Amino acid sequence: MEIPYKIEKESLLVPMPREVDHHAAKSMSREIDFLIDSWHVKSVVFDFENTEFMDSSVIGIMIGRSRTMEMYRGRVYAINMCERAKRIFEKSALDRIISTDYGTDGR
Amino acid sequence: MEVNHMQASFDARSVNEGLARMLVAAFMADMNPTLEQLADVKTAVSEAVTNAIIHGYSDESRQVRIACDRQGGELMVTVEDDGIGIADIEQARQPFYTSKPQLERSGMGFAFMEAFTDRLEVESCPGKGTRVVLWKYIAEDCEE
Repeated sequence: MEIPYKIEKESLLVPMPREVDHHAAKSMSREIDFLIDSWHVKSVVFDFENTEFMDSSVIGIMIGRSRTMEMYRGRVYAINMCERAKRIFEKSALDRIISTDYGTDGR
Repeated sequence: MEVNHMQASFDARSVNEGLARMLVAAFMADMNPTLEQLADVKTAVSEAVTNAIIHGYSDESRQVRIACDRQGGELMVTVEDDGIGIADIEQARQPFYTSKPQLERSGMGFAFMEAFTDRLEVESCPGKGTRVVLWKYIAEDCEE
């Protein structure tokens, strides 16, 4: 699966696939870490606009990337989440470590 | 009471996680589930099938079996493998427990299965395989 990652200023934008499962997660984490390392981005923004399905695999991707970004003193954001996505974030306490306010603080 | 049964088996390849969700969703369609019920079952099935693929087998050509049974308004989904099995089911069901942290597994698979279904049963025999049965109450059966 090819994900059209984008680097804008110091942010890495990750358009999340339609279905976020273990199959999709397998290659994503590796690719994102590679991009963070190569571009020294200050934030990683996961865009859930096109996501229609997710399971607990999303937790591994998000927590893993939060750890990577901690090393760079950067942040991880999740945007355009539907109600379902919010519910999954709440159930797994992801909402406590991932910000959803990207773009509203002037960045 | 309306009854129906379906079974399928597929290779333990991650690409088939989506296939399993689609099969179950298609089977359920006739039960007129809400979008939320449909999403709940798809998430729970995805967790069970992913477990079979990641933990049950190391060989992708081994088979994962899935079965759906309808009894009126109740759906029962069985996901089975003949893989390594789970030695300590109690431990495996603990939230955040994972035997494969190096794969970035969150350990929330069983917790999600429980959260998104009405009942969950796990049977396993080390060296022989694992069977996960999920129940979801969809709607009252309308009898004429």
